[in-house]
Amino acid sequence: MTPELLSLSNAPGMFVAVMLVKILAVFGVVMLMIAYATWLERKLIGHMQTRLGPTMTGPCGLLQPIADGLKLFFKEDIIPAQASKFSFVLAPMMMVVPALVTIAIIPFGPDITLLGYIVPMQISDLNVGILFILAMAGLGVYGVVLAGWSSNSKYALLGGIRSTAQVISYELAAGMVIVAIFMLSGTLSMRGLVAAQQGPLWGITSLPSWIHNWYIFSQPLAFGIFVICSLAEINRTPFDLPEAETELVSGFATEYSSMKYALFFMAEYANMIVLSAVISTLFLGGWDGPFWGVVNILIKVVCFMMFFMWIRATWPRVRYDQLMYLGWKIFIPLALLNIVVTGFFILL
Amino acid sequence: MASTETMTVNMGPQHPSTHGVLQLILELDGETVVKATPHIGFLHRGVEKLSENRTYHQVLPLTDRLDYLAPMHNNLGYVLAVEKLFGITDMIPERAKTVRVMMAEITRLKSHLVWLACHALDIGAMTVFIYCFREREMIMDMYEKLSGARMTSNYFRVGGLSADLPDGFEKDVRHFIDVMPGHIDTYEGLLTGNIIWQKRIQGVGVIDAEAAIDIGLSGPSLRGSGVDWDLRRDNPYSGYENYDFKVCVEQGCDTWARYRVRLDEMRESVKIIRQALDRLQAGPFLADCPKICLPPKKDVVNTIEGLIHQFKIISEGPKPEVGEIYQSVENPKGEVGFYLVSDGSSNPYRMKVRPASFVNLQALPQMVQGRLIADVVAIIGTLDIVLGEIDR
Repeated sequence: MTPELLSLSNAPGMFVAVMLVKILAVFGVVMLMIAYATWLERKLIGHMQTRLGPTMTGPCGLLQPIADGLKLFFKEDIIPAQASKFSFVLAPMMMVVPALVTIAIIPFGPDITLLGYIVPMQISDLNVGILFILAMAGLGVYGVVLAGWSSNSKYALLGGIRSTAQVISYELAAGMVIVAIFMLSGTLSMRGLVAAQQGPLWGITSLPSWIHNWYIFSQPLAFGIFVICSLAEINRTPFDLPEAETELVSGFATEYSSMKYALFFMAEYANMIVLSAVISTLFLGGWDGPFWGVVNILIKVVCFMMFFMWIRATWPRVRYDQLMYLGWKIFIPLALLNIVVTGFFILL
Repeated sequence: MASTETMTVNMGPQHPSTHGVLQLILELDGETVVKATPHIGFLHRGVEKLSENRTYHQVLPLTDRLDYLAPMHNNLGYVLAVEKLFGITDMIPERAKTVRVMMAEITRLKSHLVWLACHALDIGAMTVFIYCFREREMIMDMYEKLSGARMTSNYFRVGGLSADLPDGFEKDVRHFIDVMPGHIDTYEGLLTGNIIWQKRIQGVGVIDAEAAIDIGLSGPSLRGSGVDWDLRRDNPYSGYENYDFKVCVEQGCDTWARYRVRLDEMRESVKIIRQALDRLQAGPFLADCPKICLPPKKDVVNTIEGLIHQFKIISEGPKPEVGEIYQSVENPKGEVGFYLVSDGSSNPYRMKVRPASFVNLQALPQMVQGRLIADVVAIIGTLDIVLGEIDR
């Protein structure tokens, strides 16, 4: 007789232990990925640009992230005399924390059983999962705004203002795109979303069995808009206006140095990882795929990150007014249209 | 109603995209530029004054440092002016003239490559920058073979060249012009069809033909405004009249038009280099007027006449007739002219440089008025200024 599987909440001690292990593991993996995302980006763009990227620190420059971290750590930590100290110190943290917190609701594998208990491969399954992601992305903006404002520098201020306008406009479009996904899945929980994307595409069983019901097939337009909006939200090329080096020196991060500057960098890469994971979960079936769940989602995340890096190596930067135009006049109407069309098909 | 005030931002001289040490005082209303005032002079070295205390031969290295992205063009303008002053223009051997044209066009490519690289980088296209510098490196290697220096070549001499082409140089050039058109296509592939690139530069930095002429724009900046004017064709020097090339003109008056003009010019330059290579024939590379031209090193060491001439030219310097002369050449950036006044001594009484970048920069405040900050960097890029030439 097979023992009945129980939820972990029946064993508080085990619950805490498993939770701690999961948090530590996810945090460790994400931090490692942040560090090696910088290495990957430098190597990848280097090879695209007929350079080699880092080569001197360890084999293939693999120790470069550590060297960079150490260097930044030992730099003098300057707080400008004119800056508002509290918010100046707070700003970098305000950027990193939301990015890292978001990762908590990404499911990274199918449930496993441990000593007769079900262990979900997800730190927390919020029933409003995706709203939580949007909320955290919104919180991240405060970091940029505070950094721009508290630095008391004109370039930083301009960068901060740009960023606010940009993230607000693109979050709207991204939010509306997600509405269409909910209409299909009927759930806000990330776990539910992954479950809804399993099984054959549109229920047609005659299709090859490796084609799953991923939302990228049902919602290609939404996928496109969401990817572009993600680029804008994480301030990467072609939407890297807040830190547009050739215009605003370093934008909101101009006055920062040492570990605070490193935190901005970490936040950028953490955001990149988180959004890659979110896109994978929303449109590409999350951990669904040919391999073990964790491997599947890691492959998807890394592919998206490489895609973002590829764009950075190829495209010029859009202008501020064009960015606004694109957000308000193209993406939001398109997203609305997408909702209408989706609704129409669901009614059918 | 709440009152708004403008913000003044110092852009430069330590700013990533002011191409050296240009300082722009920007008055901003939000992101819109209300007024831009260029401040120059951070790189002033007094080239014009320095040359008053040097012989005509000794001034030459100073001209390398004007537009340091196109040193051979400055050399060419200066040596042509001095040759005119001494009245030896017709004595320049054919080989020297052809090599001068060839190197001038290679230099045009070099300068335009830097322009494209920086222009693209300012607008955010990073890879084009690296690609352009890769090709520029080939030109640098040629420079090094030719003159020993990668940037300040100082290769031309009054009366001809400082030395003949080194062995195998023609092969290098031929290889270079064979691969270059493909590389230009690569840059275009990354930029021309890209909608972001088009949106960023179309309709930006508009200056119509009349205003361009009023300000005195020259070079690609003028031709981008639809004015068909090129000194190589309209006032030929160094045998340019014998070459078959097209003067590239665009009617758009905007940054996009200037981008098209410069890219077309790069292709035309490749054609001119090819023609020059085909015309290249063995022969002397220095005019036969030993009292004026520095003799080649091997004559100085081997013949007594060479030694005496060299001693006279170095210690005293050749003396032209009293008079004044103006000679201008079509630099990659526009018209660069040298105005020389001689009082009969061995030093110029006055040397005035008509720099292309300095005059072109005057269009900047007008072009950026009412545009966004992002356009300012695009417009600085499209004017293709070099501070060495502006500040002199």
